[in-house]
Amino acid sequence: MLRVRVIPCLDVARGRVVKGTRFVDLTDEGDPPELAERYAAEGADEIVFLDIDAAPDGRGTLLEVVERTARRAFVPLTVGGGVRSVTEMRDVLRAGADKVSFNTAAVRDPDLVRRCARRFGSQAVVVAIDARRRAGPEDAGTGWEVVVKGGREPTGLDALAWARRAVASGAGELLVTSIDRDGTGAGFDTQLLRAIADRVSVPVIASGGAAGPDDFVAAVRDGGASAVLAASIFHRRRHSIAAVKAAMAAAGIPVRLTAAAAA
Amino acid sequence: MTRVAVVDYGAGNLVSIEQALTAAGADVVMASGPAAFEGADALVVPGVGAAGPAMSRLRRRGLEEPIRAWIADDRPLLGICLGLQLLFEGSDEDGAETLGVLPGRTVRLREAPRLPHIGWNQVERRRAHSLFGGIDEAADFYFVHSFAAEPGPGADGLTLAETTHGAPFVSAVARGPLVGVQFHPERSGRDGLRLLANFVELARPAATPTTGAMRAPAVAG
Repeated sequence: MLRVRVIPCLDVARGRVVKGTRFVDLTDEGDPPELAERYAAEGADEIVFLDIDAAPDGRGTLLEVVERTARRAFVPLTVGGGVRSVTEMRDVLRAGADKVSFNTAAVRDPDLVRRCARRFGSQAVVVAIDARRRAGPEDAGTGWEVVVKGGREPTGLDALAWARRAVASGAGELLVTSIDRDGTGAGFDTQLLRAIADRVSVPVIASGGAAGPDDFVAAVRDGGASAVLAASIFHRRRHSIAAVKAAMAAAGIPVRLTAAAAA
Repeated sequence: MTRVAVVDYGAGNLVSIEQALTAAGADVVMASGPAAFEGADALVVPGVGAAGPAMSRLRRRGLEEPIRAWIADDRPLLGICLGLQLLFEGSDEDGAETLGVLPGRTVRLREAPRLPHIGWNQVERRRAHSLFGGIDEAADFYFVHSFAAEPGPGADGLTLAETTHGAPFVSAVARGPLVGVQFHPERSGRDGLRLLANFVELARPAATPTTGAMRAPAVAG
């Protein structure tokens, strides 16, 4: 049976892992390959690098980070942030990434998803959707809007419609982040996850809001997620990947238990 | 040291394959043309994506016939993911004709709850083989695909292992020194490295070193 994946996300700027509220108050957390290797040993099912570096020379640094990581951690790597063309995607894959995640670039140029999927296959194309609940009465009645630039810029796009369109264009997976929950520790927006998972046939990765193992269970059981991504709870060692997986297994969710995770 | 040539036909991430094979004890060369097959003890055919574009790139680089000749010579070859599917006759994904050295076709996964099938899944052995030597029966491997090869008539005994995503599908095959896996050992952590090391061992030249005599043309088409 297919396992539900637990994925640590590393925010990378200027060749270092940083932490903070995604884009502000960044502090240095260490060397990306070293952290990736540690997470892989602790049972991470994949690793996601999110390039949050706006510097023009940041690209070469990121490729070097990906290449050094691919030499040490033999688990799948996804790179997100700043890839805008088929050529740029090719460079990231050649450096050792398995998948590329598109966010703002896909919203601006939806055909980019189709071109990249045709060249490299849908399995290598992830579309990241940052969604914010529309203002209005309680509950999900009014839906969610796609936002870009780390939540700073609204797009007017309906998140559910964009999800369907991204998959129709060739996305092999959707990485769905609740901007309302991101960094709050209030748990995943399971209504958002469920609404998208019920409308697409590809795997949905839950992101934004994890505080503890119970949130991972809810993302899968209530949200229908195929994988769950988190950053700060792992970096700050509040919870280990093994502890999260143990809680999921106890709730009857199939997870991969490695020797390290079982110990 | 066993020399392994990784067939490079522009199929994405080769760094992980190169690094994993090196970690598994192989002397790795990248083969973007048939000349690099010279002196190799084994070939690895990687690949993700669709069969049609992969076959045209293999042809363009003059690799198709040398690969067939290698297999006809009963020399060790490991196909990974699309590299396994290419060994069969054709693919339903885009109707492409593939190498056709194994009987059967590549078909879409049946009854799958979600596609692509992405993530770690069980690989249930159907018979013993040194490829899985020392690897726990319960070990999971990493998959990322929507299609899989379906051995046809005349493929008796080809299946090494099966995996279930919706309906069961064939996730590993072997016929003599020709082996193939639908999952990605280079992305499957320690167990994946062990499987690659087992392949490298299986391909190890006999005590007297061979000179790697090549039947295939040494010039790229």
